[in-house]
Amino acid sequence: MPVLATTIDAGWYLVLASLIFTIGAAGLLTRRNVLVMFMCVELMLNAVNLTFVTFARELNDIRGQVIVFFILAVAAAEVAVGLAIIVAIFRRRRGATADDLDLLKDPTA
Amino acid sequence: MSGSRDLLHLAWIIPALPLFGAAFLLLFGKRIGEPVSGWIATALMALAFVWSCVMLMALLDLPMEMRASVLNTNALWSWMPAGALHVDMGTFADPLSITWALLVTGVGTLIHLYSIGYMHGDERYSRFFAYLNLFAASMLILVLGSNFLVTFLGWEGVGLCSYLLISFWFERNSAAVAGKKAFVTNRVGDVGFLLAMFLIFASYGTLNYSAVGPGAHAVSSGTATAIALLLLLAACGKSAQIPLHLWLPDAMEGPTPVSALIHAATMVTAGVFVLCRAHPFLDVSDAGTVVAWVGGITALLAGTVAILQPDIKRALAYSTVSQLGYMFLAVGIHAYAAAVFMVLCHAFYKGCLFLGSGSVIHGNHDVQDMRVMGGFKKYMPYTAFAMVVAWLAIAGVPPLSGFFSKDEIISQAFLRDEYALWVVAILAAAFTAVYMTRLIFLTFYGNERFRVADGPNGAAAGHEALPVISGGSDDDIAVLDHAADAGEVDPDSDPSPTVAYGDPVPEPNGHPPHEAPGLMVLPVMVLAFLAAVAGILNLPFSSMEWLNKFLEPSFRGVPDVKPDSFAQGFGLEMLTFAIAACGIFFAYKLYKKGLEHADRDPLDVKLGGLAHVFGNAYYYDHGISKLVGGPGRAVASWLDRVVDTKVIDGAVNGVGGFFKLLSRGVQEIQDGHVRRYAMGIAIGTVGILLYVVLWIGR
Amino acid sequence: MEYFVFFLAAALALAGALGVVLLRNPAHCALSLVVTLISVAIFFAQLGAALLVAMQIIVYAGAIVVLFLFVIMLLGVDRKESVEEPLKFQRPVALVLGVILFAEVVFLIGHQWATGASSSGTAHAIHGGGAGLGGNVERVARSLFTDFLWPFEITAALLVLAVVGAVVLARRSGESAGTVGAGAAESGAAGSGAAGSGEAG
Repeated sequence: MPVLATTIDAGWYLVLASLIFTIGAAGLLTRRNVLVMFMCVELMLNAVNLTFVTFARELNDIRGQVIVFFILAVAAAEVAVGLAIIVAIFRRRRGATADDLDLLKDPTA
Repeated sequence: MSGSRDLLHLAWIIPALPLFGAAFLLLFGKRIGEPVSGWIATALMALAFVWSCVMLMALLDLPMEMRASVLNTNALWSWMPAGALHVDMGTFADPLSITWALLVTGVGTLIHLYSIGYMHGDERYSRFFAYLNLFAASMLILVLGSNFLVTFLGWEGVGLCSYLLISFWFERNSAAVAGKKAFVTNRVGDVGFLLAMFLIFASYGTLNYSAVGPGAHAVSSGTATAIALLLLLAACGKSAQIPLHLWLPDAMEGPTPVSALIHAATMVTAGVFVLCRAHPFLDVSDAGTVVAWVGGITALLAGTVAILQPDIKRALAYSTVSQLGYMFLAVGIHAYAAAVFMVLCHAFYKGCLFLGSGSVIHGNHDVQDMRVMGGFKKYMPYTAFAMVVAWLAIAGVPPLSGFFSKDEIISQAFLRDEYALWVVAILAAAFTAVYMTRLIFLTFYGNERFRVADGPNGAAAGHEALPVISGGSDDDIAVLDHAADAGEVDPDSDPSPTVAYGDPVPEPNGHPPHEAPGLMVLPVMVLAFLAAVAGILNLPFSSMEWLNKFLEPSFRGVPDVKPDSFAQGFGLEMLTFAIAACGIFFAYKLYKKGLEHADRDPLDVKLGGLAHVFGNAYYYDHGISKLVGGPGRAVASWLDRVVDTKVIDGAVNGVGGFFKLLSRGVQEIQDGHVRRYAMGIAIGTVGILLYVVLWIGR
Repeated sequence: MEYFVFFLAAALALAGALGVVLLRNPAHCALSLVVTLISVAIFFAQLGAALLVAMQIIVYAGAIVVLFLFVIMLLGVDRKESVEEPLKFQRPVALVLGVILFAEVVFLIGHQWATGASSSGTAHAIHGGGAGLGGNVERVARSLFTDFLWPFEITAALLVLAVVGAVVLARRSGESAGTVGAGAAESGAAGSGAAGSGEAG
């Protein structure tokens, strides 16, 4: 592994990031509450951010951090719109879960 | 000379004219109506005849060795360019095809002319002529084709027209049945044609006639034999030879011009034509023997049946079968020119006989049973005269055409050392003489059996012989009167005019017959004239054998067998004539006074038990019906129940069912749950990464 | 010293992540998320991304999670989620996939060919390259306003779009616009909100 200016190996960060990512992915598949699923998505995004910053450090390139900047902005926009949609759908049906959104299923089955 | 060749390329005009006529009359015939549509059809046929003559002259303009060259072929367009198989729609104008074309158009014109009078009053008048023209076009396509497939096209076409025309009066059940019978029997023969074409294509890679001739030796004799026998099967179907002869007698349900044109002069000779075209196969293989014996046996057996038939048309039908047997015999012994000569002469005298019988029936208020005829000479002198001439021709009395054509074949059998066939042929000639003499005397001479003691309005209800169909005479009123007198005609009894052996004698109607109108008498007389003089085409004196010489280019390589000396030839012919004369005399003695009792035929009495066998055509028809109706039907229904429903339908439905099952399983994936879809994405991602990890970068 | 901070933060991050995934009450999950986000901010600090530390705390932990909590309270989805899983095999497969995924990524990390080469470039360097380049914020700004000017502007437009979209989507139709908060729902008469009708005001 290449050596950084700080003494901690990049690998540690990367492994940690991947762990967080995996946990987020598993949570996305497993949870039924829509908001919690959304939060898992945020977890995954954070893991990615961490990875980018780690590589920026390792490759000594500021552009890694710039990308994270953008990711942050877009994530914010995404959360805004996503929650608006969730509000729009679930306003009526309180206590509904992701499993209840099954309009995509085959009507003849 | 090249001008002549170019002219020959225009041979396609010959079938095009009647084809146009058929289309035109089918579309506009009803509006044009009678009799103009008849005249149109006849005029087109006449034009086709004229053009055929032009073709003949163009052909004669060429030197002998060029007359059957492949350059006479004209490929009009590429019909089936399918991979290795390349079939053109084209014409081949050589002596053989032009001879046949002249025959079809010439005799066809005469018969069209006759039909204008015969079909007068029929409600489907123009359609009749459309069908006749269509038939002529198909027949011409058949003979003028440049390859087997075009001939097959015409072959099927004439089969179709035969069906359409036999069952022209389809309101009569027996006519519809007869039409079906003809078509189905023909189909059996067509299998032979198809298989032969497959073999030819497999051997030569092409179906053109030009390829077959020179290359026949390249093919193994086994293949050649197979091809020849398959074509024989097809020819048996079309030309009504044993074992596929059963449709021709029933085909007499059709109008008489149809019987004359299709079932005497032209369609039934198509089998002979195809065998002539395929003569190289016959020359290199042993199939010729089979062909000759099929012909010979048919000639003899049909003759034995004809002598006992009470129906004038049925007797002529069996006569046709018998005469065709002679043609097949000739082809089988490689005397092709003799066969063609007989085709021509037969067309003339048989055509005359059929048309004449049509006039007889027409004038006799649609009664066809000879047992209630007699003495018609007084009432229909012209028709009688023509038919007498034709009778003498068919019996083989010199110097009429039959003597030169039929007896030529018989002599050829002897000269080519086929003695058994010669004996068979001579016996058949004897029978021919007997049944034809019987026919003429029962009809035109002897006692007038249409007058009976009961008087003109017979009380009994033997109305089977008075069909209530249009057939065109102004005696319809009298007929209907009569029916009204004695009670209604039972519609369920479905009167058929054709009388089979063993049917009860119909009640005589008491009215004397009348002569046919001029339009009908004229063609009959013309044909009689031709039957008388056609012998000149091929007199057995060297340098007078025009037809033989003319046809030589088409039959290249076939040895010509001549009698050793003039005396031998003369002796053979005289022998045949003597036997024919005996037959004539024998029948004359029996029938010169007509029938004493209408239901007792002296020949019938003489033959005793054999009479039933002969008269019922050896129960062949009954046998086939039983076979097909019994076990045939059982097999068919089994196939339908088990194979068709369970196996074939089962397989097809099974495929559908299988996919339904499959899709039902796959359907489960799309259950609408978002998390399932997310799972799918996750699996995909992991999979790709797995691929990257394991295989990239190694 | 650094390792101690790192491991502490790592533990917190993991705990938070597991909390998000495993806690039943959504509000608890949101709070767990905050823990993780703060830990990630600590990592950013360790890795020398000063600007991002601030942004992470302000935007993520400060705005986004607050949004989440708003919606949780609004929709009353604070009810506890039931434990059994109706879809078959979902949990075991998810677990297996997670393990495989983790293994793959670790493998990729370990190989040089998957992690690229260093570019000790000049203008883009994080550290070094002369004092004239300034601190972290200045370097990020420089990159942002030169190389990434275009994406920057578009992102601004995107944010505006997001605001408008959120308002439209969450609005009850037939009702005048409520507060212009990013995605905040307002009270009002009943109506469907799923269709974005596009009418303003």
